[in-house]
Amino acid sequence: MMTQRTDILTGIILEEEIHLSLRELCDACAVHAEFITELVNEGVIEPSGFDKSHWCFSGVSLHRIRAAKHLQRDLGVNLAGVALALDLLDEMQRLHTQLQKLSGPEHE
Amino acid sequence: MEFKDYYEVMGVKRDATQDEIKRAYRKLARKYHPDVSKQKDAEERFKEVGEAYEVLKDPEKRTAYDQLGANWKAGQDFNAPPDWDAGFEFSGGGYTGGFGDGADAGAYSDFFESLFGQGFQTAGPGGYQTQGGYHARGSDHHAKVLIDLEDAMNGATRSFGLRVPQVDAQGHVTTKERVLKVNIPKGVKQGQHIRLAGQGNPGMGEGKAGDLYLEIEFNPHSIYRVDGRDVYLDLPIAPWEAALGASIKVPTPAGAVDMKIKPGAASGNKLRLKGRGIPGKPAGDLYVVLTISLPEASTDKAKSLYKDMQQALDFNPRAGLGV
Repeated sequence: MMTQRTDILTGIILEEEIHLSLRELCDACAVHAEFITELVNEGVIEPSGFDKSHWCFSGVSLHRIRAAKHLQRDLGVNLAGVALALDLLDEMQRLHTQLQKLSGPEHE
Repeated sequence: MEFKDYYEVMGVKRDATQDEIKRAYRKLARKYHPDVSKQKDAEERFKEVGEAYEVLKDPEKRTAYDQLGANWKAGQDFNAPPDWDAGFEFSGGGYTGGFGDGADAGAYSDFFESLFGQGFQTAGPGGYQTQGGYHARGSDHHAKVLIDLEDAMNGATRSFGLRVPQVDAQGHVTTKERVLKVNIPKGVKQGQHIRLAGQGNPGMGEGKAGDLYLEIEFNPHSIYRVDGRDVYLDLPIAPWEAALGASIKVPTPAGAVDMKIKPGAASGNKLRLKGRGIPGKPAGDLYVVLTISLPEASTDKAKSLYKDMQQALDFNPRAGLGV
């Protein structure tokens, strides 16, 4: 089905070079538009553009929606809980980076 | 294949109630969830727990599993006895959910497959997302890859081995190693994702193949630390370089440069070399954090120099502490 490839692949950086419409984001995350609308209402992701038909999402949204989907599916948390978990995870990541910056490379 | 002790995996007794099992699962799922846990083997543990719960949460499967007997130990060589499941009817088929995506089907072990695999109809790549007819876009793959800071500084071509679950015609899931050669874009940051279009699961019918997302993580570096595009370096300097000022050589990821230190520098001073971090728009900076390194008083000469300082300087480093 899948063969070993040796040709060199070139990709693009999701967080910087990709902007998606609501439709594209639904396809990319395999979720319904309603789910994304709910995440926008919870403030989990923030599109630019003033109304739904002009919404434009950054590549970061893709990662957050995927995490939200998994948290909801695997842990049974509701969307407000998902929003809280994602914020806390961001904060944890920030502190983790800060800690590494302060304590030197020998401390993982 | 190895016997799996699902009770041991869940950390519950064999006579645990369904409620206790559910509680244990919730707790372990939170602990090992790959989106939450920082533990290296989190994903593996999460799948193991998911598989155990898949069996123990379902009274039919649990009863069938129980009648294999309590004498089996985890890791023991195991083959399902013929007709072991006679008299059981698995109403839900092999899989009743839990792991949604077709790509995650590889989550279940051979042990599980041999017991409950029959009747399993793979959803197929992205099968849940069918958009009319039998055409469906293949599901996306996600994988984490490790690169070096230098790769992000200069750009590089790196090979990665990825484990890809594959479903054969009989519905059995195996994992296959797939080697990819990928251009690492110059300026990529830790935690960013590289999208490789069309490198995910093949689509069904006329559906397009899914994409492959590589999450970038840096190997820990022996001298640099990274925050976004900024790079931090602890730079040891001699006491006289700190006191009198100096021009010294500083390593940077792109090669050594000369840097001036002003007289009166102290430990912890942070000097910024603009644009010497990871390239990009804007490029990151290199922060040099000074640490004063003391020469050892290992020779008579060094000892006498320290004594001279002691006598000549009226220095009390604890003056600020009131002692």
